[in-house]
Amino acid sequence: MPTVEIPKEKWNGKVREVKIGATKEEGGSRTKTITIGGEATLPFLHFENTIPHAPALAIEIKDRKPADWSPLLYEAWGDAMNDPAAWAKAAEASGADLIVLTLSVATKPDEAKATVRKVLNATGLPLAVFGPGQAEKDNELIVPVAEEAKGEKLLIGVCEDKNYRTIVAAAMANDHLVTSKTPMDVNLAKQLVILIHDMGMPLERIVMDPTTGALGYGIEYGYSVMERLRLAALQGDSMTQQPMIVTPGEEAWKAKESKVGEGVPESWGEWKKRAIYWETLTATPLIHAGADVVVLRHPESLKKVKGMINALMSKGN
Amino acid sequence: MALTGLQIYKLLPQTNCKECGHPTCLAFAMKLAAKQAELAGCPYVTPEAKAQLESASAPPIRLVTVSNNGTKIEEGNETVMFRHEKTFYHRAALMIRLKDDDPALQEKISKADSYIVDYVGIKLGVDGFAIEATADATKFVEAIKVTRSATKKPLILIAADSAAMAEGAKEAGDKPLLYAADESNWQKMAELAKSLKTPLAVKAASLEKLAELTESIKKLGVEDLVLDPMMNGHLDSLSALTQIRRLAIKKNFRALGYPVITFPNDEVLAAQHVAKYSSFVVLDDFDPAMMYALLALRQNIYTDPQKPIQVLPGLYEINSPKPDSPVFVTTNFSITYFAVNNEVEGSGLQGWLLVADAEGMSVLTAWAAGKFDADRIAKAVKTTGIESKVNHKKIIIPGQVAVLSGELEESLPGWQIMVGPKEAVDLPAYVKTMWKN
Ligand code: SF4
Repeated sequence: MPTVEIPKEKWNGKVREVKIGATKEEGGSRTKTITIGGEATLPFLHFENTIPHAPALAIEIKDRKPADWSPLLYEAWGDAMNDPAAWAKAAEASGADLIVLTLSVATKPDEAKATVRKVLNATGLPLAVFGPGQAEKDNELIVPVAEEAKGEKLLIGVCEDKNYRTIVAAAMANDHLVTSKTPMDVNLAKQLVILIHDMGMPLERIVMDPTTGALGYGIEYGYSVMERLRLAALQGDSMTQQPMIVTPGEEAWKAKESKVGEGVPESWGEWKKRAIYWETLTATPLIHAGADVVVLRHPESLKKVKGMINALMSKGN
Repeated sequence: MALTGLQIYKLLPQTNCKECGHPTCLAFAMKLAAKQAELAGCPYVTPEAKAQLESASAPPIRLVTVSNNGTKIEEGNETVMFRHEKTFYHRAALMIRLKDDDPALQEKISKADSYIVDYVGIKLGVDGFAIEATADATKFVEAIKVTRSATKKPLILIAADSAAMAEGAKEAGDKPLLYAADESNWQKMAELAKSLKTPLAVKAASLEKLAELTESIKKLGVEDLVLDPMMNGHLDSLSALTQIRRLAIKKNFRALGYPVITFPNDEVLAAQHVAKYSSFVVLDDFDPAMMYALLALRQNIYTDPQKPIQVLPGLYEINSPKPDSPVFVTTNFSITYFAVNNEVEGSGLQGWLLVADAEGMSVLTAWAAGKFDADRIAKAVKTTGIESKVNHKKIIIPGQVAVLSGELEESLPGWQIMVGPKEAVDLPAYVKTMWKN
């Protein structure tokens, strides 16, 4: 028999480990914390090197019932969507490893604080809290939230190159972590990590959001940027070694394929199936490109994706 | 793996006799490496050196063609591990497997065969069918006849018994893929593939055994092979397919330098196989919703990173617009187009989307490169006939190119140029406050 030597790459670097959430002993109130990163090889290549942590799955909830989500998401979460605490509980029950709470433009700082408190009381899972993605509003809401939840080691954002100082300062002052979000570009991703780190934020508290498009809507850009970032990390480029968070849920549910059931070509097939496929098939390649936190919206997609991750991490078999 | 000039030089006679028309063997070697000369130019090269040079210049993953009635699938010839390194060349084939005793065979094949979905103007469908023998040759042959009456697409024939395979293959068009040779039947399967000049799949549960089989079969004269490492779970298939691709591309390991076939049992595993190194992805069910999602993924992964997907310049309607609906201007970079279209469509607003030919670049890049200027926008306004479809004379241009508004007013006399937001996500809010007609 010919000898087949299993080809292994010798990487010089690995992804940084980042821990989200703090237990009572650690100064927070979480019953569970989650550690991501630490990979010393490409996604799931256990034959090559160690992969200490599975990618974490998050469910995104909103502080107020969104007006423009797909009917399928209303159907999935029902009345829980009227109450972020109930929604967080339902998300936990669906198998999420952490909760991502996104705040609305219409929300006032005091409301944001109260909502975060309610959600922290309702679930013991680690929590991420993001503003609506508009610089001024993000700062206005996230600073009081950071103070309210001091010590909880929340993952907070949105830090972008035009607006990161206020949120990073709030995270440093109140023992939180930040996401560093950049628009599908390797160099920009790296640069923003450097800027945030230059403010004094430890690298163990920065998660990169390289941004992605949905399946059919530019996913290949996000996918390749993530693959390049992960290769750079393994090759030893320190400022690309942050774990990565991606939001396939948000992206996929923007696509017409998921969002609507009527007035679409017959060849698109059955709506509900298609919508779940769209979300899972947006998440799947991104997980294979190196995603460490995957933010989803539908519980059925979470179940599907979790099945894949469990299989990919079961190296004993 | 291509050889360098120096490596080629070592294989030449090194006598510098100049008969090749080059002053030295080294000069000739350099020309060969640059593919500016043919090896035949040197009359003195030894047969051993010739064989070595030829095998080194063969692609690391062999190109395999499966065809039927003039339709064909080409797989292999890949050169990289990651699409950003160059591109993935031959789109994974998405095929449907059916058993020969399926009472609804014809109906199922016709349905899947006629399936067409439009993705950014490209018509996509199922690439072919795999017919599996469950009992004797008679039934198998019958099923293949039925299949061929319902489709002109390429076929995979699945049978363990080489006699049944031989019968079936006679009915299966010009080049079906025979699946599969294994440890027990490989001689007969190889003879059959050789006599029919058709590709052969080879299966074995370890890479060593797989390599041993392909080497043995190659010695019998069959070189168009497809590999099945028989690993069907997420983890095992990812490991095996990554190892095969690495061995072929990075180690030039010929025994595994062939495209791979997999049989994923659900859409998530199928998606993994599309992204990570399967060339024939054979599904057990045809479901339009799943097929559309997988086809879109396959197109995305196999898009050449140097040639981003463009949309056709022209006028696009969003939510059946009326004459008083707003007119948005953007570029024909697909991501830009999708961003604008999705925001407006998702918000329920009606609008006309005027896509200018910016050579597939995003707004800022195109503007910087002079591909999205007043002339191009004016041309789009004039050539699409938008003027006759609306009862106003206003266009909304992206906020990033606000500087163009003066020039545009000159190029489009009578039109009002409105400067929209910088980001597509802010368009619905902009329209609600700024668009009054
Ligand atoms: S003909 Fe062959 S041996 Fe003579 S110089 Fe050219 S390469 Fe060298």
